[in-house]
Amino acid sequence: MADVAVRTLPLAGVHGGSSVARLELAAPAERISLRAAAADVPALSAALGLDLPVKPKTSASANGRTALWLGPDEWLVIAEGSGGIGTGLIADTTKATVPHSATDVSHRNTAIMVSGPGAAAAINTGCPQDLSLAAFAVGACSRTIFGKVEIVLLRTAEDAFRVEVWRSFSDYAFGLLAEGARDAAL
Amino acid sequence: MLLIHCPYCEEDRSELEFRWAGEAHIARPENISAISDEEFAEYFFLRNNEKGLTYERWRHIHGCGRFFNAARDTVSDKFLMTYKAGLPKQPIPSEVKAEAIAEEKTVETWEATEGDAR
Ligand SMILES: [Zn+2]
Repeated sequence: MADVAVRTLPLAGVHGGSSVARLELAAPAERISLRAAAADVPALSAALGLDLPVKPKTSASANGRTALWLGPDEWLVIAEGSGGIGTGLIADTTKATVPHSATDVSHRNTAIMVSGPGAAAAINTGCPQDLSLAAFAVGACSRTIFGKVEIVLLRTAEDAFRVEVWRSFSDYAFGLLAEGARDAAL
Repeated sequence: MLLIHCPYCEEDRSELEFRWAGEAHIARPENISAISDEEFAEYFFLRNNEKGLTYERWRHIHGCGRFFNAARDTVSDKFLMTYKAGLPKQPIPSEVKAEAIAEEKTVETWEATEGDAR
């Protein structure tokens, strides 16, 4: 029988962190980069089954999908679930007949989950954003910089973040996060 | 680290998230094929490179990704104000200007010390 090619995640098998910040690989997810004008947001929200956030640095979740505000006309929509990739995000956007651009970026990104009391400190090793709860509440998100690479940061709980990073940058991001996690424990 | 106010994100963010994008408010000639070489050079290559108050385009590239305009003092490096792309050149509020001038006097620049040496 022929061997079946298996697609592995860019950081498959990694695991790390410190006593205060745990680093784990997020499950595979479907992702789209969505661009649309303000007037077309309601139609796309209806098609996706969640209200696309229009306020800077905010996200919205519904039906297993999370939409992250990246810019005034730009969102990253992530669909997680046991089904992994192929939850129909693109198919749903096509139900909206308003002008928009939806690009599948599921395999462009991978995500590292950072959790624990030192999670914010670990991320602040390479990220200049104010990650206090007052400035970056649970559910807040932002495209930003982490050391030399761009990331999209989402706070999933008071002490937990999702770090979305381009796959070719993921080794670097994981390495710097691992150093940050160790520093946070000192 | 400088903090720059992004008019789209509506908050101050680290300069690490931004890129400079040249002089602001340069209008592309309406009929570019009709202009002379001199006029093209003026539009395309020549910039004022002013010392002091300048209007520049900046891009929040590692943030919302938007271009916007900024009024910046090139002597003190202070951002006086930022505003959305597409808006006409904005006047600097007088209180901001007064504060910037007061600050400028205390900024030691290479040009200033060089001026003393002469
Ligand atoms: Zn911005």
